[in-house]
Amino acid sequence: MIDIGLGHYLTLGAVIFSIGVIGIFLNRKNIIVILMSIELILLAVNINLVAFSIYLGDLAGQVFTLFILTVAAAEAAIGLAIIVVYFRNSGTIRVEEIDKLKG
Amino acid sequence: MIAHAIFFYTFSIIAVVSAIMVTASKNTVHSVFFLILDFISISCLFIMIGAEFLGMIMLIVYVGAVAVLFLFVVMMLNVAQQKNQWFAGQTTSKHIPVGLIISTVIFFEIIIVIGGWKYKPEIFDINNSLANTSVSNTHSLGQILYTDYIHVFQISGMILLVAMVGAIVLTFRQRSGLKRQSYIKQISRERAEGVEVLEVQSNKGVKIDD
Repeated sequence: MIDIGLGHYLTLGAVIFSIGVIGIFLNRKNIIVILMSIELILLAVNINLVAFSIYLGDLAGQVFTLFILTVAAAEAAIGLAIIVVYFRNSGTIRVEEIDKLKG
Repeated sequence: MIAHAIFFYTFSIIAVVSAIMVTASKNTVHSVFFLILDFISISCLFIMIGAEFLGMIMLIVYVGAVAVLFLFVVMMLNVAQQKNQWFAGQTTSKHIPVGLIISTVIFFEIIIVIGGWKYKPEIFDINNSLANTSVSNTHSLGQILYTDYIHVFQISGMILLVAMVGAIVLTFRQRSGLKRQSYIKQISRERAEGVEVLEVQSNKGVKIDD
């Protein structure tokens, strides 16, 4: 309990990952909150990578965390741009009423 | 060691509670602020564990850029008063047990995997080469980022460029009825099309702008 090891960080990552998945599934109103849940999931992955990288002494995990950060930033920018365009065209971003995007 | 435990539990409890509040908060602006709090506490954990470069980058990228972007979009789209209700809606109530079941299954799968790691203690005996080296975390990260991972680094730069171009192209809007100054038109104006000499007859006048 007092000795903080790898398992603690992995458990924290698992908890945040599950909260992100719950947020995606349970949110029925606002699509921006779904994007934030995706950010939470990526954050949990980052926690796992950094914890393994530190405890195994391999820096590759931190490098990959940097790239995940890059991709997450790009994904947030593109997703928010799509949301802005959709809101401009249809006037709503409620999850229930978004049925124009096919597929 | 005891200080490590105290700080770990403090930051992780803050992170988990704010992650719950991100999904459960009724107001979207509050969700964004809890997301910022979550990223701050996780980056504190990163700095504490020894990945200080990533912690700082996380602060800069997420708190400085991504969270502000989220906040900007939330305020621009004016969805702040559109309440974020979980159990509202007529046809959506069957999603909720499915979502809960799937996320608990995912959680226990990850926990089982972590338990598997715990029962292989020899995996932790790999020497921590980070702690032995005298160079800092940022230094060693830079040493391998610009040598071994240079191609991936450049590809990530291309991803950022493509994302920037894509966001601009998506949100660009050509407005009609906007009067802009056109230098080409101004410079290439000739006398013939601007001035006209008329013979004005007496008592008739000249009709302008017909």
